[in-house]
Amino acid sequence: MRREPPKTFGDYAPLLFPAGMLTIFFVVPFGTMIAVSFFQRQQGGFYTPAFVFDNYARFLSAFFGGVLGFSLMLAIAVAVCCVVLALPFTYLLTRMARSVQVLWLVALLSVLSLSEVIIGFAWSTLFSRTAGITNVLVALGIMSEAKALTPSFAAVLTGMVYQAFPYTVLVLFPALVRLDPTLTEAARTLGASPLKAFFTVVVPALRNTITATLIMVFIFALGSYLLPQLLGRPQHWTLSVLITDQAIYQSNMPFAAAMAVFLVLVTLGLVALTVVAGRRGEAA
Amino acid sequence: MSGLVLQNVVKEFGAFRAVNDVDLTVPHGTFVCMLGPSGCGKTTLLRMIAGLDLPTSGAIRLDGDDITRVPTHKRNLGMVFQSLALFPHLTVGENIAYPLRIRKAQKEEQRRRVDELLSMIHLPSYADRPVSKLSGGQRQRVAIARALAISPKLFLLDEPLSALDAKLREAMQVELRQLQQKLGITTIVVTHDQREAMTMADTVVVMNGGEIRQAASPIEIYRRPADSFVADFIGQTNLIEAEADGQGRATVFGQAVAGLHLPPGARKATISIRPEDVHLTAPGAGALSGTVTFVRDLGGTIETFVDVAGRQIVAVSTPRARPEVAVGQPVGVALTPDVCVVLGK
Amino acid sequence: MTAFFRNFYFFVIALFLALPLIVVAGVSVNQKQTLAFPPEGFSTSWYGEIFLNPEWRNALVASVTLALFSAALAVAIALPLAWFLWRRVAPWANIFQLLGVAPFTLPPVITALGMLTFWATAGFYGQPWTAVVSHAIFFVTLPLVTLSLGFTSIDRSLVEAAATMGADERTIFRTVVLPLILPYIVSGYAFAFVLSLNEYIVAYMTVGFTMETLPIKIFNALRYGYTPTMASVTILFVATAAVIFGLVARFGDLPKLLGAMASDGK
Repeated sequence: MRREPPKTFGDYAPLLFPAGMLTIFFVVPFGTMIAVSFFQRQQGGFYTPAFVFDNYARFLSAFFGGVLGFSLMLAIAVAVCCVVLALPFTYLLTRMARSVQVLWLVALLSVLSLSEVIIGFAWSTLFSRTAGITNVLVALGIMSEAKALTPSFAAVLTGMVYQAFPYTVLVLFPALVRLDPTLTEAARTLGASPLKAFFTVVVPALRNTITATLIMVFIFALGSYLLPQLLGRPQHWTLSVLITDQAIYQSNMPFAAAMAVFLVLVTLGLVALTVVAGRRGEAA
Repeated sequence: MSGLVLQNVVKEFGAFRAVNDVDLTVPHGTFVCMLGPSGCGKTTLLRMIAGLDLPTSGAIRLDGDDITRVPTHKRNLGMVFQSLALFPHLTVGENIAYPLRIRKAQKEEQRRRVDELLSMIHLPSYADRPVSKLSGGQRQRVAIARALAISPKLFLLDEPLSALDAKLREAMQVELRQLQQKLGITTIVVTHDQREAMTMADTVVVMNGGEIRQAASPIEIYRRPADSFVADFIGQTNLIEAEADGQGRATVFGQAVAGLHLPPGARKATISIRPEDVHLTAPGAGALSGTVTFVRDLGGTIETFVDVAGRQIVAVSTPRARPEVAVGQPVGVALTPDVCVVLGK
Repeated sequence: MTAFFRNFYFFVIALFLALPLIVVAGVSVNQKQTLAFPPEGFSTSWYGEIFLNPEWRNALVASVTLALFSAALAVAIALPLAWFLWRRVAPWANIFQLLGVAPFTLPPVITALGMLTFWATAGFYGQPWTAVVSHAIFFVTLPLVTLSLGFTSIDRSLVEAAATMGADERTIFRTVVLPLILPYIVSGYAFAFVLSLNEYIVAYMTVGFTMETLPIKIFNALRYGYTPTMASVTILFVATAAVIFGLVARFGDLPKLLGAMASDGK
C-alpha cells in the first residue's frame, strides 16, 4: 500500500470526528482557561471578563516563589530517586525470562493505574500510628512504641516515588529492551565485572535516554496534586495542589488559571528540552 | 491484440524518473522476467501493471482494453508479493479462498476450488492450518495458490523467491515454470537474480535506470547482449576496448585479431567475450600475451585471471580442458572472432 | 553472588510496591471499624459494604459507567485518527496526534481546570455526560498510542494483496485491517477503562459537586475520617487492574505493547 495524500472529501472524512472532538473539547477548553487567567475575580466565586495581569502579578510574591521553588525541588528529588532506583531494575528486568517480565509489567501497570487518592490513602495507612509500619518494628522489638510518620516531607517523597516508579520503569523499558546485549558481553570479555560493565557501558550508552527519562518523570511528578496534601504539611504543598485548592476551595478561578498557564509553560519548556535531548540522542 | 501492452509508460516520484518511456508487448501466455539491479524501475513497472501505482503518463492495455486507470481491485489479476502478504489472521484455506469470498462465490464452490489448488501445490489437507505454522517453501506455494484462485488473466510476482534458501529457490523456479506452462497464463516476474530469469522466462526484460535495455529470449540475451550493461549484468563477461586499424581489421591491446570486424565507420567499440570462450594457449602463436595473476579452482570449473597489457581477462575452463598454468607464468590468450560480440553504444 | 544481589534487589522493590497494599488489604478485613494493623479479627463485610451500602454502590456504578463510556469514546476518537495517519500522507494531520497525546502528558490539573472553565462557560457544568467527554479526551492518548503502534505493525503489502484479489477500500478495512487491529483496540480500551476508573481530579472538577465516582467518594470519606470500606475498595481496584492487565498480557503481547507506548511519550 502506497500512502497517498488525501484528495476527495471522502478521504478526509475519517479525520472529521477525531479532529472535531479534540478541537472542541481540548483546544477550546485550553483557550478558555487562558482567557479566564486574564479575567477579574468577583467575590462569591464568579469572575467577569476583563484583561488584567493581576493574577500573574501575584506570582511575584515571596510566598509564590517559595511554592514554585519547593515544587521544582520536590519534582527533581522524585525524578532522581526514581531513575536511580528504576534504571538497574529495568536493566535487569529486560534480561529476565519473558514470563517474569510480563508478570512484573502487569504488577507495575496495576500500581501505575492506581488513583492518587488510593495511593495517598494506602501510604497514610502505612505511615499511621495505629496500623502502620512502626507497629511491625515494635513487634520486632526495634522500636519501643508506635508513632505516626506522616505528615512529613519524607512521607510526601516516598508516596510520590511510589507513584512515579512504575512510570519510570515503563519509560525506560523500550530503550533498555533495544540495548544491544553484546555491548556488555564485549565489556565482560575485556575484563569488566558485571557492575563495572553496567556503569562503564550501559549507563554512558543510555545517557540521552536517562536525561529524557529524568525530564519526563519530573513532569509527571509536577502533576501530583493530592499526595503532598494527604501526606505532607501545608508547607509541602506544590503548584498543582495550590491550583486545585484555588480552583475548588478558594473559588478563585482566574488565579488558578493563571497558575495553570504558568505550569503549562514550565512543562512545555521541559518537553522541548526532552525533544532536543532525544534529537541529540539520535544524532549520536 | 491479446496480451499485455505497455505504451510510453513513465513514472515520476517528484523529480525522480523511476520508469522512463517504457514500451513492451507481452503476448498471451508468455512468461516474462523483468531483471535488473535494485532501483532500476522493475518493481515500479510491475506495480503499475497491477494498478498499485498510477503511471505519470503512458498507457497500459490488456487484451485491447485500456486499464491504465482501472483500480487494482477491478483488474482480476493474481499477484505474489515479496513479503508474500499472507493474511496472518486467516488459515491456509481462508487465505486461498479470500479472492473467491470477495467475489461472493458459493461456500461449496470455494471449498472445491481450495481443495483443487491445495492438491496442485502438493499441500492437500493443509486447509485448516494457520499460515504461521508453515515453512518458507509452503508459505510460498500458498501465496501462489491464492494468486491463482480466480484463474486470473495476469499473474504477477514481485521477487517471489527471494526469502528462500538457494536449494529451495532453484526447485521452486522449476516448479513455477512447469505450473505456468500447464496453466498457460501470462506471467510477469520481477527478480534481480539472473539465474532465476534464465531458468523460467520465455522473455527476459533487462532494465537499468528506468529503461528497458534489452527484451529477448534468455539465450539471445546471453549470446547477443545489446550493450555493455546487459553483457556485464547477465553472467560474467570480459569487456575489451577494440579499435579499427584503418584496413577494416580490429586491434585489441595493439594486436590485430584476425577475422574480427567493427561496424562500418566505427573507430572504437567495446567487445564482450564470455570467460568460457576465452582459450589459454602457449605464449605467442597469434594470441595476446599475458601473465597469470590468480587461479580460482572451484572444483567443477577453474577460473584463470590473466593480466594482458594492464587489463584483467578471465578465462573459465573445465579441469580436464585446462592447461597447466601457475601464477606468474606467461600465457597466450586466444580470441576467436565468432565468439566476440561487438556491442552497440 | 550476583544472582543473590539481583534477587534481593527485586525483593526490596517488590516489597516497596506491595507493602502499602498489604497493609490496606490487612485493614480491609478488620472486624471493627477501626484502622488497625495487624487486623483484629477477620471479616469480609467491608467488601459486602461496597455493594450493599447505597452510597458506595452508587459511586461504584457511577465509576464503572463513566469508565465504560469514556473508554469507548476515547477509542472512537483514536481509531479513525490513527487509521488516517497510517493510511494517508498528511504531515499537517500530525498536529491532531500531538493534541491527542497532550492531555495525558501535561499535568492532569491543567486538563481538569481547562475542562472546568470550559463546561462552566458553556453552561453544562455538573452534567454527568461532561465527565464522559472529559475523560475520553484526557485518556484518548492511550488508545491512540496503542492503535498507532498496532497500525505500524500491519504489513502494508497485506492491504495491497487484498486489493489485487478484488477487495475495495471498505472491504479491505472490514476483512483485513479490522481483524488485525482488533487486539490493539481491546488493549487501548482496557488501558483507558482502568485509568478512567481510577481518575480523580478531572472527574472531581467536572462533576464533583453533583455526583461521586469511587475515587471522589474515597477522598470525601477520607476528609471526614476513616472507614474500612475505603480499604476494601482499594483492594477491589488493584485486583480489577491486575485482572484486566493480566488478560491483556494473556491475549496480547504486553512487552511489545509497552515497548512503543512509553517511547511515544506515554
